[in-house]
Amino acid sequence: MKSICLYFQIHQPFRLKRYRFFNIGADHHYFDDANNEAIIKRIAKNSYIPANNAMLQMIKESNGEFKVAYSISGLALEQLEHYCPEVIDSFKKLAKTGCVEFLAETYAHSFASLRKENKEFEKQVEAHSKKIESLFGQKPTVFRNSELLFCDDIVDRVANMGFAGMLAEGAPQILDWKSPNYVYCSTANQRVKLLLKNCGMSDDIAYRFSDWGWREFPLTADKFANWIMNNPDEQVVNLFMNYEVLGEIQNANTGIFDFFKALPNAAKNRGIRFATPSEVINNNMPTGQISVPHPTTWANATKDLSPWLANTIQNEAFNKLYALTDKVNRCSDKQIIDDWYKLQSTDHLYYMSTSFYNQSFCPYDSPYDAFINYMNVLSDFNKRVDSFFTADISEEELNSLVKEKLALEAELAALKSGKKVSKTETKSETTKKATKETKKVVEEKKVAKETEAKKKTKKTNSK
Amino acid sequence: MKALMFGWEFPPHILGGLGTASYGLIKGMSRHNDIDITLVLPKPWGDEDQSFLKIIAANKVPIVWQEPDSKVLNDSLEGRITTDEYYNFRNCICEDNRYIGTNGIGAVEFSGRYPDNLLEEIRNYEAVAGVVCRSNNFDIIHSHDWLTYNAGVKAKQITGKPLVIHVHATDFDRSRGNVNPTVYNIEKYGMDMADHIITVSNMTRDTVINKYHIDPRKVTTVHNAVTPLSQEILDIKPNNNTGDKIVTFLGRITMQKGPEFFVQAARQVLKRTPNVRFVMAGGGDKMAEMVDLASAYGIVDRFHFTGFLKGKEVYEMLKSSDLYIMPSVSEPFGISPLEAMQCGVPTIVSKQSGCAEILSKVIKVDFWDIDAMADAIHSIVTNDAFAEYLKVEGKKEVDEIKWEYAGDKVINVYNQVLGYK
Repeated sequence: MKSICLYFQIHQPFRLKRYRFFNIGADHHYFDDANNEAIIKRIAKNSYIPANNAMLQMIKESNGEFKVAYSISGLALEQLEHYCPEVIDSFKKLAKTGCVEFLAETYAHSFASLRKENKEFEKQVEAHSKKIESLFGQKPTVFRNSELLFCDDIVDRVANMGFAGMLAEGAPQILDWKSPNYVYCSTANQRVKLLLKNCGMSDDIAYRFSDWGWREFPLTADKFANWIMNNPDEQVVNLFMNYEVLGEIQNANTGIFDFFKALPNAAKNRGIRFATPSEVINNNMPTGQISVPHPTTWANATKDLSPWLANTIQNEAFNKLYALTDKVNRCSDKQIIDDWYKLQSTDHLYYMSTSFYNQSFCPYDSPYDAFINYMNVLSDFNKRVDSFFTADISEEELNSLVKEKLALEAELAALKSGKKVSKTETKSETTKKATKETKKVVEEKKVAKETEAKKKTKKTNSK
Repeated sequence: MKALMFGWEFPPHILGGLGTASYGLIKGMSRHNDIDITLVLPKPWGDEDQSFLKIIAANKVPIVWQEPDSKVLNDSLEGRITTDEYYNFRNCICEDNRYIGTNGIGAVEFSGRYPDNLLEEIRNYEAVAGVVCRSNNFDIIHSHDWLTYNAGVKAKQITGKPLVIHVHATDFDRSRGNVNPTVYNIEKYGMDMADHIITVSNMTRDTVINKYHIDPRKVTTVHNAVTPLSQEILDIKPNNNTGDKIVTFLGRITMQKGPEFFVQAARQVLKRTPNVRFVMAGGGDKMAEMVDLASAYGIVDRFHFTGFLKGKEVYEMLKSSDLYIMPSVSEPFGISPLEAMQCGVPTIVSKQSGCAEILSKVIKVDFWDIDAMADAIHSIVTNDAFAEYLKVEGKKEVDEIKWEYAGDKVINVYNQVLGYK
């Protein structure tokens, strides 16, 4: 039996306010609260609330046969809790119906998954899962990365976190002749099943629905269901899109709500059912394997990272941001961790794009404006983080200590797993550990000597 | 197609951007074999590059009948035009110009600059135009900048050929709004009489439409471009021994160029950022005021004045800079940021300059927004990756802004005016 897997994405960033370089060190509030509030309230009114009501009605009228999945970024949840708690309430109602699945993603809607050297990604996914569980009483079992970012390197990490499935873009460069309407798995790790977005049909709804020049205009639920029915032997049609398609991207008077309301019946009449991502994953075996060496995303034209990480300034901002990871993670200050998440959302990078520049979405005049503003904020943030550590230790020393700590941890982990395998290996490991420890002692001595020398110089200076 | 152009200056002897722009444009147009350009200049020096156009020296064209003996004539013409051409011109004198002071061969002495008796020179130039336009058959008349509008109109009235005028600047740009009525009158007359008007930016086009009340349908924008740098200039080595980043303002220090905003931004930056020096290169009537301002802010230890730079010095200055700023209050186009980009220097321009319309790999700020300007300066001098990005991408962008494309657009305007398409 064919199914439709409907999934909506909700994310709103914390947009930055105008932050000049002379604010660095003086002003630690980075966000344009008024604008952020206005935008989320507008979207809640036009889209989230009427859409949630529609979904609730559809679930009731179809006796629970209509199913839908959401992924709501942590930052969006924070803003909704703060400015529009009624939206959270209506999501709770949806969660109680049992027909709604919440997916896991990165709390900050970030590209932390691209950084292999630390556990920021895992940390954020965990934080997001916890948040979802506390709000909606569900533990997510399927993962969805920011901007549907996917590549082979990420699959392992997702598998290790215990997710059974993951969503990705049905990008032409990875599918080639294959159809996106089957369950796949990755060549890198077969434990994780993949659901690939059906780009054509998703975009038919998301972007072409109200396009008068489109050949298929007007799109009706019956026509859409017919397309699915007439596809031979396919398992599942994955329709992934932004939730704002209902009411914002497609205005309410385009009839987008009526289209969705008519969809359950139209599907039922043709023997098509709805399924959540986890149901699809549990009920279907992978049809084939796909290999994705280069990252793919749901970016409109190119299906890669180019809107976020193409030019030098975007990469510069991205690298400078994640260079702070270790330092930030050793801070316990809640405010710092909060800001750290808010600075990571991919939107900040998108605003710096020189080739995909879209005035309507962007709070800045130009990509360079976005970059200058972001880097000013980042250098203030960096200073705040630094102020948490004693001023005597230089950054290099700190980094070397951190590296050492990580190396020791890795060794410890290796030791634990190694014991089970063979005894001879553990012996060599222990000897290694011993040498490391002696090294550490030597270094400590060095540091002690240096500090003594410093003291001496200070004394002479004061004399 | 034969075009008769009226200009005021031409390289290598130039006083402002007009000469550079005329040269580039004509060279760009001359790529087409069927375009034959004759340029009238008040006082050419004889060392102009005439490989792609013909230059007529207005100061050798007789406007009053004289019969000089051949030795006097040869000495007076200095080889700028031949004696045959002289007699040909003399045969075209159809008006009584004896009220104009002329020399032994019946020609007018022009200064070729912007002297105090500019209006008189404009009138005399008009009389010359009356003779030149009769001497040959031209298809179209093209006047560059307001000094030559009257000449163009005169030629149009005599020959009945269509007139295109090229607005390189208006008096609203030069005077920050305090327009000289006489100049405005000449500009307005030229624009009214023209069959088509070419402006160097959309900003200037708006001025022409709104301030001179011209029908938008007869105003077309053709953005300026830059000539590729010669090898000699490319070979100039950057010369910065201070170890500091150098931020440069380069141009006439006049009200139009907004120098005070540069000084104010410098003050903001220097408060917080060490290792930056500011250079104000060029001369002008506001220079003393700027020196005072910098001293009042107490930043003279890091704020330098170079005085007027010429020829290669300009490029030496640019190449030694880490950042170029043009904070013009009103700039019809502004070629100098493009030259800075050619030298691989990151650039900030004001949104009130015409070149901002076609540049995307530069930072644009409002000329009055000192905070934004200071912020951009700080960001570029402290962030090497950003500076490098603007440097590389800026060079790439400016290398694609070619006079050939501008020339094609002008020829399109010609064809349109002549009804060829």
